[in-house]
Amino acid sequence: MRKNLNVIAAYSIMMVLILMVGIFQSWNIALSIFNLCLISAVMTMGANIQWGYAGLINFGIMGYTALGGLAAVLISVDPVQEAWRAGGFDILMSLWLIVVMVLVIRFILKRFEKSKIRTYSIAAIIISGILLIRFSAEPGIEAIEAVDPAKTGFLGGFGLPIIFSWIVGALFAGGLAFIVGKVALGLRADYLAIATLLISEIVIAIIKHEDWLTRGVKNVIGLKRPAPYEVDLQTTDWFINLVEKFNAGKLSVIENLADRQAALNQLVIEGSSVFVKLCYSGLFLVVVIILLILTQKALYSPWGRMMRAIRDNEEAANAMGKNVVKQHLLIFILGSAIVGIAGAMLVTQDGLFTPGSYRPMRYTFLIWVMVIVGGSGNNFGAILGGFVVWFLWIEAAPISLFLINFFTAGIPETNALKAHLIESVPYFRFLLMGLGLLFIMRYRPKGILPEKIEIK
Amino acid sequence: MDFVNAIILLLNYIFIPALTYGSQLALGAIFVTLIYGILRFANFATGDMMSFGTMMTILFTWYFQSLGVSLGVLPTALLAIPFGIIFMILYMLLIDKFVFKYYRNQKSPPVQFAMVSIGVMFVTQAVVRIIIGPGDRRFFDGEKFIIKAREFKEMTGLNEGLALKSTQVITIFVTIVLVSLLFWFLNRTKTGKSMKAYSDNEDLALLSGIDPKKIVLVTWVIAGILATIGGALYGLDKSFKPFTYFNNMLPIFAAAIVGGIGNPFGAFLGGYVIAFSEILLTYAYKKFFMYILPESMEPNSLVQLLSTDYKFAVSFSILVIVLIYRPSGIFKGKVL
Repeated sequence: MRKNLNVIAAYSIMMVLILMVGIFQSWNIALSIFNLCLISAVMTMGANIQWGYAGLINFGIMGYTALGGLAAVLISVDPVQEAWRAGGFDILMSLWLIVVMVLVIRFILKRFEKSKIRTYSIAAIIISGILLIRFSAEPGIEAIEAVDPAKTGFLGGFGLPIIFSWIVGALFAGGLAFIVGKVALGLRADYLAIATLLISEIVIAIIKHEDWLTRGVKNVIGLKRPAPYEVDLQTTDWFINLVEKFNAGKLSVIENLADRQAALNQLVIEGSSVFVKLCYSGLFLVVVIILLILTQKALYSPWGRMMRAIRDNEEAANAMGKNVVKQHLLIFILGSAIVGIAGAMLVTQDGLFTPGSYRPMRYTFLIWVMVIVGGSGNNFGAILGGFVVWFLWIEAAPISLFLINFFTAGIPETNALKAHLIESVPYFRFLLMGLGLLFIMRYRPKGILPEKIEIK
Repeated sequence: MDFVNAIILLLNYIFIPALTYGSQLALGAIFVTLIYGILRFANFATGDMMSFGTMMTILFTWYFQSLGVSLGVLPTALLAIPFGIIFMILYMLLIDKFVFKYYRNQKSPPVQFAMVSIGVMFVTQAVVRIIIGPGDRRFFDGEKFIIKAREFKEMTGLNEGLALKSTQVITIFVTIVLVSLLFWFLNRTKTGKSMKAYSDNEDLALLSGIDPKKIVLVTWVIAGILATIGGALYGLDKSFKPFTYFNNMLPIFAAAIVGGIGNPFGAFLGGYVIAFSEILLTYAYKKFFMYILPESMEPNSLVQLLSTDYKFAVSFSILVIVLIYRPSGIFKGKVL
């Protein structure tokens, strides 16, 4: 118990902070921070598996997040029949072409010795294949995008409950990680960082511009929800009664009946959005706990020990007969799959998919700050990092506004410098994150909750 | 005549823009490659450092404009660049003293440096946005065109116009001068040679009495010059927006690695490789073929290999291919 004291203390402080937001700002804000903290925690767990367990640097988190989000769209949106009729055949043909191309290349790779001719012929196949696919898919894509472009203009999805997308998102991200891992894992650490960063940019470029699949920058809105809708809740009797019971004390003070009804209505509206957010919190909490149990089990299993051995001394582990390449690929896929789950969760919570909003600052570098600040190699640390950093990311603006007002209290409102500072309050969050990262790396390089290896 | 038209078309839409963009990338890529070769880390704050230098240049441009100082037909920014460079170098040295020096003394692995540079990236981004804001800014003044498309048509009687922006000429000219000076410095002077030696083999260089502090200082000074000029030229040619500069870090990295990281000449050429392939692969050649082919064979489609949306993706794909098949880059860079 004693040795876990710092973990308990850190989490308690975090919870108190969120509760304070609930009390002083509003429960709505507190819960939305909490939910995004949970999603961030899932992402950091994914990154932590790769970095903390195996020492693999993955700057492509944004790409996997976006793929998870894409899964949410493809699973939950109803299929657009008209679009399928218009161009479905062409798209399926192109898919077949891709499969054939991959099979041919695999065949050549297996069948022939490594030589210049082989390399050039593979390059020729890829280039001509891409051209062929482009020309064969072109009419289909145009037809699909022409189908009611204001509302659909894409193939739609499978019309299944959106919860399934959490698993599918993991599969998508894992699949991409398999390809990326096969290609890039042999690179040295900083090259791997650059390569994964650029590959994730390519993924985003594709998601942004292949409108037939993702609707691109036109965004997909109004996704189905796993939680009830606020509007429905506001007209449901049991919910109104519940809100009334909760606020009985507050309501009984109001004498006038009409006023009391109005106050109740207001409370119901507020309560409904809090309730919906609570539903999400429950779902996310389940995911976080399941993942935490699994990752903790993995960390203390023989496999986890092997991963640490590989991380700490690759050559020695190799000499002991561990297949380093295979294990690196495996952990790269696992970590990315977890990030994919988080991506699907994020889109599920927002109810919309906006490819334009995926930016490396928010979805790659911020996650890395979380992992480093929280403590790489320690799952509790990584989750805490997700909570702390997201909390600061959101609350940085109010905090810095308060500080600016505090320090410039004597200066009149009209002062140009003060006005400028107050105007640029949103950017202080970058400053806070950067300084936080620099200080942690300098004075506590293992993070708030450092990695602890217990040998049992 | 049609043939000349086709050539002018390519010059106007591919060659000159790519040469300009390539020069801007090349300056950034040499910056990346110097930091990588001598200080030994991938600097993820590259784009934001360039935006800091450009911001200082813009501030001085505004100041000069308010004083009424101008260079006539040339943009005032050219006058402001030296002042921007001074502040950029001071900022870099400050960061080096408080951030990177500690890790250098600790002999930290490159990954840790990269992480730290991400911290610097966040801070620099915040500083730039707090001082000048995240918006799009144009700070170009003076004569915009050297040759206007319409004038060119009237002059030569051709169908196709050739527009030559003064920023394009300035960019190419400044790049040539700066890069020649840099290579002269690196190859001919004692300090330059000792920098190369330090980059090749640190221990041996230290043994032969090279002062590491001086090397680091000179590296940051050169880096500051390159970053500010590269950033300011890009800003003059297009516009200044902190987010764009952050994004430009990616093709710059691509250029540096394609050219062989740690090799300044490779980085210089890498910039053009990236710029030309981006523009060549995403240009719609329909009009070009209309000029050179007989009427019966004219293409119906745009004859565009990739849509312009994939401009960035092209350079990243090149980089990924290079990383996989020739990780030391086209021109044999350092270590891997």
